[in-house]
Amino acid sequence: MFTKSGPRAAFRSLDSTPTRPYSSDLDSVLFFLLPSSSTPKMFRAITQAAALRPRSTIQTVSFARRHLSQEHREAIQKAVTSTPVVLFMKGTLDAPACGFSRAVVQMMDFHGVPSDKIKSYNVLADDELRNGIKEYSEWPTVPQVYVNGEFVGGCDIMMNMHQSGELEDMLVEKGIVPELIPEKEGDAAPSSSS
Amino acid sequence: MITSQDLEGAIRTAFPDLHKVVIEDQSSGCGSKYAVIIVSDAFEGKATLAKHRLVNERLKEQITQMHAFSQKSYTVKQYEALSSNRV
Repeated sequence: MFTKSGPRAAFRSLDSTPTRPYSSDLDSVLFFLLPSSSTPKMFRAITQAAALRPRSTIQTVSFARRHLSQEHREAIQKAVTSTPVVLFMKGTLDAPACGFSRAVVQMMDFHGVPSDKIKSYNVLADDELRNGIKEYSEWPTVPQVYVNGEFVGGCDIMMNMHQSGELEDMLVEKGIVPELIPEKEGDAAPSSSS
Repeated sequence: MITSQDLEGAIRTAFPDLHKVVIEDQSSGCGSKYAVIIVSDAFEGKATLAKHRLVNERLKEQITQMHAFSQKSYTVKQYEALSSNRV
């Protein structure tokens, strides 16, 4: 049904990225435990994140999932609002340890998200976080992307948004990357001045 | 482990009005990495995030048992528009 350039090809391209060992990421444990610098924006962002989560009260059978403690929930809440873009991923921004996490990092890179506006948490270095973030976001997989404290999605959604142009629009709208002003033909600004 | 058949069965049960399902096992048979395309009108009127949440919720039991899961979810209309663009 699909041609080579169809959705299947898109899936496959994620696989072609090699994974790396992740033993060197233990420093992220400390990173996660550190109190984040609080900003006045933080409170609002938390409220947004809380409003975003669906009010699911149905208890269903869960595998390898324990109840998220209040303490941990608060730590995650702090983490998701610590910078405009927060990435929960396998590995680090410099050394992603999974093709899906790598894809998300590459998308952020592509759109020029500045390094002071993005922070990543390595779930492989912290088992509590690995389980906790799934429960917190009510999302079963990693990576997970938060923008201004709001859950945006995982790799599939980011890829979708990237391809449709929504990702760039969102990053511009939230003030994370500057808007690219399209160059008008015949009105080219001098590229250098003497 | 979850086989493609298990997963397909689960998707058919979870989405009774399923229009089309494509399952790709990317794990070379060990059954832990799947990419699926689900076409159903259960997604009607839902944004991408809501569609994915619906799939995650209905396939919760299966997803927790595999290593990686990638999804594309479309309504019948969206899927047909997509397919006709590719001809």
